[in-house]
Amino acid sequence: MKLEGKRLIWQEYQKEIADDHYFYARSCIRQTFFPGAEAVFVKIMKDELGKDIHDEQHHTSCTGIGYHADVVPFDTTMTVIARQFALMTEAGYENYAASCVTSFGLYTEVLETWHHFPEKEAQVREFLYKATGREFNKPKNLAHASDIVYKFRHQIAAKAKYKLIDKNTGEPLKVVEHIGCHYSKMFPHKGIGGAEYPYVLSGMIEAWGGEVIDYPERRHCCGFGFRQYIVQANRGFSLSCSKKKFDSMEPYQPDMIITNCPGCPMFLDRWQYALSEMEGKTYGKNNNGIPVFTYEEVAGMIMGYDPWKIGLQLHQVSAEPLLDKIGIPYDPLSKFKGKNGEDLGIPETPNYLKFYAD
Amino acid sequence: MEKKVKNFGYSVTRDRQIDFDANNHDVGKIVALAEPTLHLCISCGTCSATCTASQFTEFSLRQVILLVRRGETKGLLKEVSKCMLCGKCQLVCPRNVSTRNLIIQISRALCNHEVSGSAMLKP
Repeated sequence: MKLEGKRLIWQEYQKEIADDHYFYARSCIRQTFFPGAEAVFVKIMKDELGKDIHDEQHHTSCTGIGYHADVVPFDTTMTVIARQFALMTEAGYENYAASCVTSFGLYTEVLETWHHFPEKEAQVREFLYKATGREFNKPKNLAHASDIVYKFRHQIAAKAKYKLIDKNTGEPLKVVEHIGCHYSKMFPHKGIGGAEYPYVLSGMIEAWGGEVIDYPERRHCCGFGFRQYIVQANRGFSLSCSKKKFDSMEPYQPDMIITNCPGCPMFLDRWQYALSEMEGKTYGKNNNGIPVFTYEEVAGMIMGYDPWKIGLQLHQVSAEPLLDKIGIPYDPLSKFKGKNGEDLGIPETPNYLKFYAD
Repeated sequence: MEKKVKNFGYSVTRDRQIDFDANNHDVGKIVALAEPTLHLCISCGTCSATCTASQFTEFSLRQVILLVRRGETKGLLKEVSKCMLCGKCQLVCPRNVSTRNLIIQISRALCNHEVSGSAMLKP
């Protein structure tokens, strides 16, 4: 294929991402799963890149989990999302940045619904006004937070203290990228690279010095799938989906997994523990697992932030072997120390998965 | 030392993905050489529907042929031994597959494979 032709086709897979002035909507589950991730994003945007980002206190869940688990009707979801847009309008912003991939997918779904069925939008405006007295403008630009980090990946790389490179060999780290299903599988033209070639995380990995691994089950779901996990009887299916991915990536000996979704890092991380306890199987060298990070955590790591300040001690698969490999310093003694230096206690040690604490 | 296993109340569903590259296609190849009508089978299941052995056991000729074609031959010899070679399947096959000879050739190839590790040996 001619390179110009390839570039022309690739243009169709791009999306517009606002340059500044973002209204940031946090995720309802990320702050408990990986609490450092969103704080790192806000810090990098404000302190490192000098961007204007409004961290709204009064927004609620987008209802995504309830909606996809069939307990929240779509009319309710649309009205709740309309309230989020009303908060954005009241704060004087036009660019909506969602922290969560499911929220991003749902906001897109709602905006598409209103585009095709304007009578629905009118009805939701009426619902919202009657319930709260609020009115709203639709966002001029809707982006997922990973889109924004992707947009500024080279600026982040320029300010970074470390690269995704093995400090001993000088070789790039082998990185698995995992994109949340709701990022671009539902509305391919809303994601960078579409559903077939999502480039949002690959672009970051390449810009930060790593090497992306292409493995057979690369586009498979992590296994969260809402009803797969939330309905207890289906939980084995969630685990089996993750196992399918681990088995597929294992021969390539990945150093780490990077994700852009709330559920994916949670399940790819915690299920490694469950599989190790159920079958005695670990997927990394020397009984280590494959560490799983959010893209914000990785950005924070290469910027040289203290690993414990960005919450890496809350991962089930220990991050220490990777930190050693890159050469990022950390204090093992303060891993489980609280903000005031108080000892928070060491969690229960897994039977098989290697655990670092002292 | 035996590994301690925890029970969380759910289990892993084994993958049913068929890895054609990893499977052994020796048996399928030698059977097709000895009985080329193997290629005519469309897996309609008429043979299994009329089979006397399948009335009393889990035997299914349709499944046997499918597994031979996929190269999933583990444990198949025991399965094939359930056939009584009555030939009713041959009478009803809409594609005129020589099913009796097919069973004999599959058994032979599987025996050779089990004894010598290769189905390619002459009977």
